[in-house]
Amino acid sequence: MPRIGTDEWVSEQELRTEYYTGLTAPARRAFDRVGPGPRFFAFLGICALFPFLTDSAFHIRIGVNVMLFALLALGLNIVVGWAGLLDLGYVAFYGFGAYMYAWVSSDQFDIHLPTELAIPLVVTASALLGLLLGLPSWRLVGDYLAITTLFFAQIFVELTLNLDRINLPWRDEPLNLTGGPNGIPGIDRMEIFGLQLSDVRDYYFLLLILLALIAVGLFYLNDSRTGRGWRASREDPLAAELMTTPVNRLKLLAFAMGAAIAGLTGSIFAAVQTGVFPQNFEVVLLIMIYAALILGGAGSISGAVIGAIVVASVPEILRTPENARWLFYGALAAVLVATVRPWRRLAVVAGAVVVFGLVVHELVAWIWPAGVEGEPAGGTLGGLLDSWVILPVDNQELLGNLAFVLLVAAALTLTQLRGDARTILLIPTIYLAAFVWETRLIEQPSVTRQLLFGAILVAMMTMRPQGLLGTPRVENPI
Amino acid sequence: MGAPLLELRDVSKSFGGLAVIGRLDLTVAEREIVSVIGPNGAGKTTFFNLVTGIYRPDHGEILFDGKSIVGLEPHRIAQLGIARTFQTLRLFLNMTVKENVKAATYGNTKARFWQSALRTRAARREEREVDALAEERLAFFGKRLIGYRMEQPAYSLSYANRRRLEIARATGTSPRLLLLDEPAAGMNPAETHEITELIGRLRDEGGYTILVIEHDMHVVEGISDRVVALDHGEKIAEGSFEHVATDPRVVEAYLGARAAETGR
Repeated sequence: MPRIGTDEWVSEQELRTEYYTGLTAPARRAFDRVGPGPRFFAFLGICALFPFLTDSAFHIRIGVNVMLFALLALGLNIVVGWAGLLDLGYVAFYGFGAYMYAWVSSDQFDIHLPTELAIPLVVTASALLGLLLGLPSWRLVGDYLAITTLFFAQIFVELTLNLDRINLPWRDEPLNLTGGPNGIPGIDRMEIFGLQLSDVRDYYFLLLILLALIAVGLFYLNDSRTGRGWRASREDPLAAELMTTPVNRLKLLAFAMGAAIAGLTGSIFAAVQTGVFPQNFEVVLLIMIYAALILGGAGSISGAVIGAIVVASVPEILRTPENARWLFYGALAAVLVATVRPWRRLAVVAGAVVVFGLVVHELVAWIWPAGVEGEPAGGTLGGLLDSWVILPVDNQELLGNLAFVLLVAAALTLTQLRGDARTILLIPTIYLAAFVWETRLIEQPSVTRQLLFGAILVAMMTMRPQGLLGTPRVENPI
Repeated sequence: MGAPLLELRDVSKSFGGLAVIGRLDLTVAEREIVSVIGPNGAGKTTFFNLVTGIYRPDHGEILFDGKSIVGLEPHRIAQLGIARTFQTLRLFLNMTVKENVKAATYGNTKARFWQSALRTRAARREEREVDALAEERLAFFGKRLIGYRMEQPAYSLSYANRRRLEIARATGTSPRLLLLDEPAAGMNPAETHEITELIGRLRDEGGYTILVIEHDMHVVEGISDRVVALDHGEKIAEGSFEHVATDPRVVEAYLGARAAETGR
């Protein structure tokens, strides 16, 4: 029996107290009870079923995008999540893989290698490029490595734009390497062991198989001497080196493996798109991959995949106004659930929001009947909202804009308040958000998409700063 | 005493114009416990950094087990059998307690990354060995680092347990020579006493040769076979604890010239 006051007692305190609290606790405990194996196969099963649930090539194309993102995030996770190297040149490896595949499988140089040969070639070349571009990590860490590698990403795009007319002394005509701004079109479809991949669905399954294999490999690798070596070098490179870890070699290995996965993904991207263009590999993409990784939780394999699903699919879901509206109110509800505790308080606040809306609606209907005559556009949700949110017929734009400014002010005020005042202000703020949504945002899908996507990311990161599936970390005080 | 395990011959190191270690000669025999003492800035930690390869000496030879280790990369030196702890703790805080020790086995294991990724039979066997080794090293500290605690992140440990884990991690490299940089710093008297006993056990049961930097003279008196006093990077006294503690130059270095003259 441990005595009170000894350190055993103190640390067992954590075991005695409940780790999860709040409404989601039972679900999280259940999630923990299911081991990684069943979780993996369940996920795989759902992904394998997805193409049979829809006939739309567009939906499957989104699925392909998700898979591409997931693979990219897994590769980046090695470099950033495990080895702790801030690599902003990562997208260059993806682009290099795509262009390399284009060179050996199109009419550009009239080379048409069989896919079984082209892919290993691309992966090897990408890994070698990774080794080369990883060299600065021997001397540079943190921000300095970041700006150096960002330069690589930028130079890659510049090169693809400009390497279409290279004058070589032994050639009469200039060499066209990248096709410049026009890129390289007409890339061969893949054919693996006699299996022609012609449909976007075929690529979906190819990507799913690769994703599964790579995820399992990385899962094993993470819990091995290599994985531990990476994480130890991230935590404290000097201590790792003095504990027999060849830190520099492991840094290069991380860069090479990340680059190999990115190159592989790039080659499949090139085949799916049957063309490569410089604008496919810009820094925006890099930021999205980072967003996926950080959102999911850097260092976590499942986190990287979940993050990729969110980042690649949410903007697509938001294209349809009805979906966007569901997501919007869903996100509002999620913010409430996450920020208001305990659940009794949450129930009171949720009830208050509903009552507040009904009262405001009745008041406005009584004072200014024209203020509620607008109809929220269609759908189940629209019908429900009709008697809750006010929607004027005239001056929607002006009122909506004013409300938007007010909403921003209210949101900023919320961040400064504590306790009951915050809870009370939360109620009209939510109502105001709904008003702004129905009057203005739903009319401007392209702007709203970005806004809502950003808001969802901010909300998720506020709720779980370590990422959805990440573990909280402490910084080394060195 | 047997043949020297570690031998420094005429080693010098300066940073800019400042000579931090000057013409240092030192030998440590197998299974000996040698304490290095000296006032702040005497060059004790620099001496450790030279032996572990963080710095390269400007001049002189460092021999480990009869072979020169000057110019080798730190991880190579560690692999040869020199492990250390840090004065300012440098644990892998976001890794579990057990992983901290397992990470230290990198140099003594062989699985290539593709073997680990495919979980080949050899990789699995090695992983089991590493696991057993880590548990054994942690069990050296009684119940403090084993049980449920092995799976907890290192940052959740108390200060004293972090110091213990540093030592456990160093032994994870299966060293012959253990360099302990102020193992009792920041410990309370009971814990300091425990560390004193622990260092003795490390030699007797673990079979390690130990070089220790320590400021607490009770610890130094309790553990040392031999004491070396440094000041301004030079060896000013060497011998038994009684001999070094009463040496006028050592007293002068710690308390100033007048104290040494009046014998107080």
